[in-house]
Amino acid sequence: MKKGVMRPGHVQIRVLDMDAAVKHYTDLMGLIETDRDEQGRVYLKAWTEVDKFSVILREADEPGCDFMAFKVVDEPSLQQLEKDLVAHGVDVEQIPEGEMKDCGRRVRFKAPSGHSFELYADKQYTGKWGITEVNPEAWPRGLDGMKVVRFDHCLMYGPELAATYDLFVNVLGFYLAEQVLDGDGTRIAQFLSLSTKAHDIAFIHHEEMGKFHHASFFLDTWEDVLRAADLISMTDTSIDIGPTRHGLTHGKTIYFFDPSGNRNEVFCGGDYNYPDHKPVTWQAEQLGKAIFYHDRVLNERFLTVLT
Amino acid sequence: MSHAFEVTEQRSGIRFHCEPGQSVLKAMEQQGLKCVPVGCRGGGCGFCKVIVLSGDYECGKMSKVHVTPESRACGEVLACRIYPLSNLTIECRPRESAEMAKQQTTTKSMR
Repeated sequence: MKKGVMRPGHVQIRVLDMDAAVKHYTDLMGLIETDRDEQGRVYLKAWTEVDKFSVILREADEPGCDFMAFKVVDEPSLQQLEKDLVAHGVDVEQIPEGEMKDCGRRVRFKAPSGHSFELYADKQYTGKWGITEVNPEAWPRGLDGMKVVRFDHCLMYGPELAATYDLFVNVLGFYLAEQVLDGDGTRIAQFLSLSTKAHDIAFIHHEEMGKFHHASFFLDTWEDVLRAADLISMTDTSIDIGPTRHGLTHGKTIYFFDPSGNRNEVFCGGDYNYPDHKPVTWQAEQLGKAIFYHDRVLNERFLTVLT
Repeated sequence: MSHAFEVTEQRSGIRFHCEPGQSVLKAMEQQGLKCVPVGCRGGGCGFCKVIVLSGDYECGKMSKVHVTPESRACGEVLACRIYPLSNLTIECRPRESAEMAKQQTTTKSMR
């Protein structure tokens, strides 16, 4: 967080059918709808999140991710980051305050991998949902489905990983927590952190630019992950794989798809890291175990089904 | 079973039942068959693209990247999004080598 980029802030996901999507993200996953706007976008948040929204759904002709945003500690840091991006040769776009309801100005840019990212400092502080700020209870009553705890991270697929690493580490202040190296020592997967989380954003090498692999949401326990899998079956939701464990990060996970084909993850646990930790390395020849620690082979879908 | 439609995949010759209101892909998966690749099952990734050679069906929303209006008009659809109204004959073409290379390029260095 050394440049003031604090944490994941929001992700805007394109969906083919808004009603089906809202049902998936609220009834099944337990996000809470907090608003809609005139453009037809739906704003959602998880119960422990303090700002008004972390997921925005936009109806479109093709699914995928429009952008992911990180919250910055304050406006002066945002201004400095903007200068640093420009100095690094990155084109930045100004998105005015209020373009998203109750969100301050955003600075949007494209990473070499082809993905759009945003930085912002201000968003309406609503507090955690369903519990008081003073003498809070352990959890709120009235949550649906998986009751996801927070929007945790995204995994993006695209080329130019080295240039993207340079941008995220040297300009935005992330550090490398985990990586996959091929036989030549080239980094083909990078897990970047702002915090003690194993990743706040991750990239895997892929020839097409700007592809979305998944948006990930945190759960507390393995029992919650199992329960999530049960709910996936009860709702006949498309499952990718799991419940299982990752080799990378050692998180306990399930991958599944929203009704438009966007991949979601729910997971619990996993390793922590600090900036003085050397990156954890997996070798490409062990990629099966790195992704699916128990199966130790990849399924075709994981590498190729993208939106 | 008497209400079920019959779906034939022409290339493999595989035939399977599909209940009304069930997607062709779901019926295929349920019967343990593999004549059409399975992706997201949500009309978003393009993996289960087939051509309907004959028969009537209802069609759900599909990503326009994978099925343009022009190709839709030629009967190109995603198997996860078609619900038979009569017996169907479909064809699942092996994906073009260029497209396959594009789709699998994550793993050139990873395989």
